[in-house]
Formats: sequence, structure tokens, C-alpha cells
Amino acid sequence: MQIINTMNNLLIPNPKEAESIHIIREVAAQFERPVLLFSGGKDSITLVRLAQKAFYPARIPFPLLHVDTGHNFPETIEFRDRLVEELGLELIVRNVQDSIDQGKVREERGRYSSRNSLQTTTLLDAIEEFKFDACIGGARRDEEKARAKERVFSVRDDFGQWDEKNQRPELFDMLNGKIHNGQNVRCFPISNWTELDVWEYIRTENIEIPSIYFAHEREVFLRDGLIWTANEHVFREEHEEVLVKMVRFRTVGDMTCTAAVFSEAVSLDDVVGEIRDSSISERGARIDDKRSEAAMEKRKKVGYF
Amino acid sequence: MSENRKLIKIATAGSVDDGKSTLIGRLLYDTKSLTTDKIEAIERSSKQRGYDYLDFSLATDGLVAEREQGITIDVAHIYFNTDKTNFIVADTPGHVEYTRNMVTGASTSQVAIILIDARKGVIEQTYRHFFIANLLRISHVVVAINKMDLVGYEEDVYLKIKADFDALVAKSDFTEDQITFIPVSALKGENIARQSEEMPWYVGNTLLDHLEVLEPADLEVSSLARFPVQYVIRPKTEAWHDFRGFSGMLYGGNLKVGDEVTLLPSLNTSKIKSIHYFDQEIQEAAAGSSIAITLDTEVDLSRGDMLVKSGELPTSEKRLTATICQVNNKPLRVGSKYILQHGVNRVMAKVDQIESRIHTDFTGTEEAGQLKLNDIGRVHFRLSKPIHFDSYHTNKSNGSFILIDEAEYDTVSVGFIE
Repeated sequence: MQIINTMNNLLIPNPKEAESIHIIREVAAQFERPVLLFSGGKDSITLVRLAQKAFYPARIPFPLLHVDTGHNFPETIEFRDRLVEELGLELIVRNVQDSIDQGKVREERGRYSSRNSLQTTTLLDAIEEFKFDACIGGARRDEEKARAKERVFSVRDDFGQWDEKNQRPELFDMLNGKIHNGQNVRCFPISNWTELDVWEYIRTENIEIPSIYFAHEREVFLRDGLIWTANEHVFREEHEEVLVKMVRFRTVGDMTCTAAVFSEAVSLDDVVGEIRDSSISERGARIDDKRSEAAMEKRKKVGYF
Repeated sequence: MSENRKLIKIATAGSVDDGKSTLIGRLLYDTKSLTTDKIEAIERSSKQRGYDYLDFSLATDGLVAEREQGITIDVAHIYFNTDKTNFIVADTPGHVEYTRNMVTGASTSQVAIILIDARKGVIEQTYRHFFIANLLRISHVVVAINKMDLVGYEEDVYLKIKADFDALVAKSDFTEDQITFIPVSALKGENIARQSEEMPWYVGNTLLDHLEVLEPADLEVSSLARFPVQYVIRPKTEAWHDFRGFSGMLYGGNLKVGDEVTLLPSLNTSKIKSIHYFDQEIQEAAAGSSIAITLDTEVDLSRGDMLVKSGELPTSEKRLTATICQVNNKPLRVGSKYILQHGVNRVMAKVDQIESRIHTDFTGTEEAGQLKLNDIGRVHFRLSKPIHFDSYHTNKSNGSFILIDEAEYDTVSVGFIE
């Protein structure tokens, strides 16, 4: 944690926070039209706080973009709207439903159907519509093996594609955001943070987060050892029995691809304690990663965030 | 980020089969950083491949292509922590052609772990890895002599390798106290987190204990304050009407309110009026802080300019000599023009002369017409405008730069200023 010594009012920086602020300022300085990809999850909420810190007392000089699958938890959407209002931010929302209605993507059907992978099309369309040249995201290298090799500035082509063999080396903290027309860059300011770092930061900074991160009673059902939300957006077989359990979410994505964990953690202290002791990885509760061992890498290659 | 945990950044280097991924996987396993689902995945994969042990290398090898080839092909970042320390590991591959990756990984690290296969001893690859650690002035090197289980845990093997390596150290800028030798078996976990009973002759720390006693402050070279202006903050609101904050990261030293400062390139002087960290005004900031500074007088200062303490000026020149490592397929040639990025500042640079290619095995230099991918050489540049630099060995951040290809915009070289 950054320590401000009260005796002589000296700032000793928290190295990860200082690095993230540096990266966010580089994005604002190097690009014409950056945007912050906001999901309403803890990582993008942390990004918003870091962006506030980077530009204070000025406002954050770029908008937020939310690609809404239509299957988000209502708590997340309420939270999003309140945050935007309180901080005076500009929010752009683009809907996966529109991409479906326009016939650009087809809704998945059946047991594991999800709109998660359909987001890519909506995102790429929004990038084109607003001519965004940099998308700031909350991805972290500790999340998943394919992410561990991601750059802080990751150049994508017109199709949003990621070429893992042709990435620019990143030396020291110098970031090269030079691009050609049609290219854009995904920027990851909290690349070097771990899940525990994020939670400890949220606790120290006293950052508000959506209520679904804390333990609450919810109608759920069990499948493949995962806890699924029971509601109209999530495909459920008749024999899959609905139970009421105390659960919370460790990641907040689309309802169809985010599994809950059993939890009694009702405060940030509880959550931090739980993460410290936890033996299941964060993405272990992401149903979208379970599809195959190389799932994330394959999605990234086609422009998934 | 825990209040109590320090941050240690490590680069690992080893040849293809030295067991580097296994070592990292073992560190993760022994610090309980691998989650049950990951351990299960490793057990499943190991079984599928018919191994009779747990293949921890599967914990770190990320990309599909390299899983198929069974090798690591890029820099991967791995995170783990103990109660006392947060670690970031830049796992860099050991192929001859991948010098670029080790330079990249080492550029953000304070510590290098160089792996040696106890059966093979010090080989050409070891020279190269140590050469890069030396070039990048890594503060501390751990030589992990691995696969001791395959040489019967013999002390003589360890001593022979240590003696061979010491001969290398003598050719470098390192002092003996910057190098630590540890005999290990990553596969069996000997001397990783657990003191080995197989090697009672070794009385030093285990690898993990050794990494934990390192102090970040001891791993930094103390240097003068350099504050490159990254972004000018102008709120233009009622409450902050006249606010002009020069934001950036402070490299080296510290800055406090009231300090007399000189602005580059104008050479104008001013005084620090206030230092801002988010909504707090602070009196003083230590190196590594991302802050915003306001000045006593109205000055012309924009991105790429630099603020330093008066009397502590860096070199401002339109010519410079640097050691270059080529990190792109396109060779560096005499007469070529590049965008030179020094911190957050960009100027144009032209290659005046390639003086020599440097052998990465401490055997001297040779003449070279160009520098190809993974070549290291001494190069003279002419710049379109002066930059304000220090030598790399006095200030890493202000003594390094990258070259960007004018047409493709790829990062093609990294330079260390003399």
C-alpha cells in the first residue's frame, strides 16, 4: 500500500498502483480516442479508481463502454449507472441483443448456451462506430495461462485479432502505442495485479462494489460441480433441482458463464480472508473457460477481450 | 497489495531442458499458489502423457503452440506470494535465438535466476544468460544448479560448476556477493522450499528462503531525481481554474515542495509549489511515485520535457553512443532512421555508425555491417533533437531507450546509453 508518512508527509508509492497510473496516463497521451471497457466487475471498477487518480483534479478524459449481453446481473447494472452518475463519467452501452437482431451473430442454444462469446462482435462494431484506437481493459496476467503472455499494450488488427507470435516486446516501462489506421490497441493497466492485490486494494481504498460479490441467498442449481444461477436466462434441465443457498460471485460476467461459490463472506475483510485461503482459481468458476484447455487463447485470437 | 509485503521481480533463464518451467511450477506448488483446479489439471495432463511424476512445467506453459512443441516460446509473467513477499516472475525462454526475450524479461527484473543442468555444467547458453544479466545490470543473480538428483547429489559436481561460473563472474561487472549458488532438484523439490536432506553438505538457504531475504531497496541503484512530464493535467473547472499539473513518474531520488528545479530543454528554473497524489497534497515523493506537480511560475512545459533538481542536470545531447540489442527480424543498418523513444519522449534517430558486434560469451567484439535479431552491438546515433539522459549504469530508466521502425511501428531495438 502507498504509505503517506504523517511526520513529514512523504509518499512511498505502492509500486503496482504507480505502474498502473503510469500506463493509464500513457494511454491518454498516446491515443486519440481511448475508451475504458467497463463490465461492472471488480477489475473494471478498480480501473475507474486508478483513472480517477491518474487525472485528478481533472475528469477522466475518456468514456466508459459497456458491452451488455442482456444477461447481466441486475445488481451490476444498477451499480454501473450509479457509479457513472456519481463520478460524472460518460457511459456508452452497446447491446449484444442488437447484434443478434441484426443477424450478425446467432444466439447459442442448449445446455451450455451463453452470450459471452457473442460480445466480441458487438465490441468490434462499437470500436468501428466510435473509431476507438485504444480499449482499456481490466485483464490480469494471473487470471489464466494465455493471459500470462499478454502485453500491456497489445496491438490488434482490423478484425480484433491477436497474434501471439508477433507481439511487440515491452522493455522497461516504455510503451509503444504507435499504430496504423484500422489497428487498435488493447491496454491492460493492471496486468501485474493478482486477484488478491485487487481485493486488498478495494479494501484499503474503500471502493464500493456490486452486492453480488458478497454472500447472499440465491436460487441456484448444481451442474458439473459448479453453482449456476437459476433464472430465465440460464438453460436448466428439468431434473436439475433449484436450491436456495448462501453464495457469492468471484467474477462478475454474464449470468450464463459465471458460476457462484458457496460463501459466508459478507464484508471485504471476509472476502479478502476467503481469497487468501481459497484453493479454487478465479477462472475456475468461469464456465466459458471449461470448454477446452485452450479456450481462452482461441477466443483471444478472434478478438475476444 | 498488502501493507506488509514487499515486491521482488525475478527473471528466469535457462536452456531448453534445464527444467525452468518445472522450477517455477515447483515454487508455485510449494508456496501453495497453485489452486486445486490447476493441480488437478496438471495431474490429468501428466497422466495423459504417461509421466510417472507431476509435470509442474504445465503450470506455466501457456500457449497452444508451445504445449504442442513442449517448449516455452515467449515471456510469461507468473505471480505468487508468501506472507512476507509478492513475487513477479518473468519466465524467459532459453533458445539461442531468444536473446530478445531474456532482455525483455530482465528489463523489468531486479533478480535473475540462471538455471544450469548439473549433468551439463556451464555451457555456452549459460555464458549468454549471464552476459545479459551483466548488460542489464541485474542487481542479484541466483545460480540454481538443477537436476542434482541425476548426478547423485554429489558435492563435487556442484563445486566444479561453481568454479566454472566464478571464472565467468571475474570477466563481468558483478562482485561475488551479488551471486548466490544453490544446488536444487526442482522435480523433487530439493532446496526449493525445503532444505534437502540429500545434500547435507550444502548449508546455505533454500531458493525460496534466499529470495525472501532480499530487500527491494538493496536491489535498486540510488540515482538522481528525474521527472519526465508524461501528461499535463488541466481541469478547466471553476474550482481548479488555474491548475496546471505536470504528471508523471519520478525516477530516482525524491522531490519535495520548495525544491528548486530546472526544466529541460528550456533550462528555465522554477520552484515546486505543490505535489499531488490523487486528492491529497503531499510534501515529498519518493522514487517510483506517480504524481502531479505544480510550479511556482508560469512555464512552458509539455509531454516529453523533463524536470530535474537544479544543479543535478543530466546530459543533453544530439549524439549518443549505446549498446543495442536487436529485438526484431529487421536488421539495424547504418544510415537507417528510427523513432527513438526515451521514456515518454520521442525524437528521430539516425544510425551513424555500427562500431562492433559484441560477443555474448565475454570473448570480445567483431566488426559488423548490421545488427540482426538477437545481436548486441555498440552503435553511434545522431538525433533530430537533444534528449536528456544519464548513462544506463547510473539511472536505468533515464539511460535506456527503444527504437521504433518508422514504417511498421514495431519495437525493433533496445538501447543502453553509455
